[in-house]
Amino acid sequence: MSTDSTGDYDGPVTEEISVTVNGETVTAEVEPRLKLSDFLRNECGLHGVRVGCEHGVCGACTVQQEGRTVKSCLSYAVQADGMEIETVEGLAEDGSLHPIQEAFHETHALQCGFCTSGFVMATKELLEENPDPSREEIETGLADNICRCTGYQNIYEAVERAADRMEGGE
Amino acid sequence: MSEQESVTDRVFGSSVERREDRSILTGVAEYTDEKLPDAAHVAILRSQYAHATLESVDVDQAENRDDVVAVFTGADVEESGIPNDIPTAWSLPGLVTPQYRIIATDKVRHTGDAIAAVVAEDRYAAHNALGDIDVTYDRLDAVTEPDEAVDSDVTVHEEAPDNVAFDFTIGDADAVSEAFSAADHVTSVDLEQPRIIPNAVEPRAAAADYDPDSDDLTVWMTSQNPHLHRMLMSTATLGHPEHKLRIVAPEVGGGFGSKIYHYPDEAITAWCAKQLGRAVTWQATRREGYITDCHGRDHVTEAQLAVDTDGSIRGLRVETHAGLGAHLSQFATATPSYLYATILSSEYDIPAIHCRVIGAFTNTTPVDAYRGAGRAEGIYVTERIVDAAASELGMDPAEIRRTNLISPDEFPFETSVAMVYDSGEYETAMDRALELVEYDELRDRQRELRDDDRYLGIGIANFVESAGLSPSKAAGELGAAAGGWEAGVVRFHPSGTVTVACGTADQGQGHRTTFAQVAAEELGVPLEDVDVVEGDTDAVPQGMGTYGSRSGPVGGGAIATSARKVVEKAKRIAAHSLEASVDDVEFDDGEFSVVGAPDRSVTIQEVALEAYLGHDIPGDAEPGLEATSYYDPENFTFPFGTHVAVVEVDPETGEVDLQTYVAVDDCGEQINPMIVEGQVHGGIAQGVGAALYEGAVYDDTGTLVTGSMNEYALPRAHQLPDYETDSTVTPSPHNPIGVKGVGESATIAAAPAVVNAVVDALEPFDVDHLDMPLSNERVWRAIDAATEGDS
Repeated sequence: MSTDSTGDYDGPVTEEISVTVNGETVTAEVEPRLKLSDFLRNECGLHGVRVGCEHGVCGACTVQQEGRTVKSCLSYAVQADGMEIETVEGLAEDGSLHPIQEAFHETHALQCGFCTSGFVMATKELLEENPDPSREEIETGLADNICRCTGYQNIYEAVERAADRMEGGE
Repeated sequence: MSEQESVTDRVFGSSVERREDRSILTGVAEYTDEKLPDAAHVAILRSQYAHATLESVDVDQAENRDDVVAVFTGADVEESGIPNDIPTAWSLPGLVTPQYRIIATDKVRHTGDAIAAVVAEDRYAAHNALGDIDVTYDRLDAVTEPDEAVDSDVTVHEEAPDNVAFDFTIGDADAVSEAFSAADHVTSVDLEQPRIIPNAVEPRAAAADYDPDSDDLTVWMTSQNPHLHRMLMSTATLGHPEHKLRIVAPEVGGGFGSKIYHYPDEAITAWCAKQLGRAVTWQATRREGYITDCHGRDHVTEAQLAVDTDGSIRGLRVETHAGLGAHLSQFATATPSYLYATILSSEYDIPAIHCRVIGAFTNTTPVDAYRGAGRAEGIYVTERIVDAAASELGMDPAEIRRTNLISPDEFPFETSVAMVYDSGEYETAMDRALELVEYDELRDRQRELRDDDRYLGIGIANFVESAGLSPSKAAGELGAAAGGWEAGVVRFHPSGTVTVACGTADQGQGHRTTFAQVAAEELGVPLEDVDVVEGDTDAVPQGMGTYGSRSGPVGGGAIATSARKVVEKAKRIAAHSLEASVDDVEFDDGEFSVVGAPDRSVTIQEVALEAYLGHDIPGDAEPGLEATSYYDPENFTFPFGTHVAVVEVDPETGEVDLQTYVAVDDCGEQINPMIVEGQVHGGIAQGVGAALYEGAVYDDTGTLVTGSMNEYALPRAHQLPDYETDSTVTPSPHNPIGVKGVGESATIAAAPAVVNAVVDALEPFDVDHLDMPLSNERVWRAIDAATEGDS
């Protein structure tokens, strides 16, 4: 929005963007200051993008932009114009969980679940870049995400299990 | 536990996968912020200063913005005539209870105090408008430390000129004096337990919808105890009739205590909805959470242990200044008094204990129960001072503990601080932990490494937790303003499936899975035929909520009690159908049969149908098949165990490398070992976080320096070791399902285990204590001080 010096409302300045979200093109008029996280949650209805800290530390809002993870609370929707975004909602196919989601479930790698979307997306990038990571590489690969419930050990096991399964042919 | 995967065909006790996971993993699970997407947004102006008089609050410019719906101040709230006083839920003798308004009027006492609330069309607009509110402050000096507060010139509340809210004592002071006179040796430790910021990853949130025609007010919120929130909002803040107020806790993203309390924010949100007659929603920003979510701990303690040269403990004396923050939150008084002082005996037979706690107001965020609440602080004191005594006596830390353990034949064991421990096999768990960590070999290795100037440390922490809050009558006698029961409903449907409702409220613990296991086992029905409802005051009759490791023992106890009532009624109907006497009918695995004539049988599902048809049931029976129980535990439950941490300290940098962590927990019967292990993992991480990384820091002005995730060090994946966990099973003799609870245990044990390990590593430098967090700098300075002049 724009306001003059007295605070009077002068109508919002908006920009049209077109973003491919989970394979579908979404066109919207957005304010330049709209965070990508809020665009995905409020304009696209993708609540799996969780907002935990809004200052780029917790990683709950992690999504993939052009195949690379970004913390969507730290970028603006206008920066994603013309790009492809994938959120956790895009992973399960025909009602079947993605192998990463499946592994998180089987190894009890989530409790309250608020950080889970971000961990799943961070794991996806990690395994795309390194299909057979060592424990240390997993720890480093997930160091941008905070989980307060699990103590991480079951998350490592989920990543290892997912890696085994995805190596075996997704 | 991982090596003991259950092979039983019982549903209770097996690691069934969680039914909560799928909606979370696919992103469709709805937390509070998803509940009213079209609502107007509330943003709350917090105080710029930790302590100031409010001279004026000018909201005109903010109100004039086109995208702002309304702006409200403390005066507006006062004028509305609501009760407007967030209460403490636990009274202590002489307690000072100043009014805690939902929006400040004349004075602000910490930086989280609300000064005004903006309602705007969206969240961005609401936050923008905060900057247009003009507040004139008359700034006052601030006090932040509890021990300094009692001698300070700063007065937080006029009602407490010395900032003392309460001065609590427990135990026999004369007996302790005698013990100290008689003992061979006295060990003293002065220690501080810094504030912990709970940091549930989901920020607190509330969304409120009001229908003026019906007077129905619905509030979705991040709550660990929706019924408690309903009662407090009805009676203490909003004055809205309790039967017209519905609280819903949808998916809740972690709590660890911080979502127990009634904060101003949900009351402000609901009050705005009523004022405006439209739906409004509020979600804390993370920085807002840091200054408003209740913190934990904040103790400054002087402790002395009277001990004989053979390691026998004669007495313990503790004096603690506990920071309460600027306002009394609900359990701010109970946590550092009855939840703290009564656990100081840990696993030991300590004949005389005396504890004094001075609760002090400071210009800081209110302090209340955080995972381990009181028990964590108490066990930390005892486990630290026992280690210090061992060091001074030249004893092995394991041996001094073994010398003083309460033995299995002494239960029920009454401590000298008013607890009656229910059951325990302390030495068995301790031996298992020492065996797993290879204790003797580690001690050998420690000696060898020291010759190479490498510093390995081994830290043991035993613990007992008073869990399952709590027997109502006992709590009432000690000052509680609430009961400690839990409500559980078990209802068969005519087709034979079952709905369970419980007054607890999950924030990640997996109740929908574990409570279904409890009911399915009791009723002998398939697990998938049981659904669990929680977190909605319209769907659950009453409830006390989830905290204090109570959901398993007390919620589970309520569900089992109701299931047993259902089986009893079903048995009468079955006997009627089978034309047998009730005494001749037995129930096993969902089937009623006549003793000695097993072909004469009927399933509980068939009985359920008959109960709802009502065509052919005993003449004195009502139709229907359901039961509600208010299970009131006869005692606390007492989980226990031994944790061992192994660290290596780099003397050049002070860096602590936590290499091994072994946890042996006994939480009684385990409903779901996978979930128990998960609770232990998470608990360890929080205890390790406190020991090594966390700790809130205020500056002298009362500004929270560690005010966001950028400054406050939450442990990350690479900062935690692999945990090796195991368990023993000593059922609680008085709990209906033998469960003791596990939510807080590991957090209680982990901090002293890690600190003991670091202090043990530094023994060659004559370091006898270090306060948490054991940052590289703090450890390095201790080593540097000890070696000054050596280099």
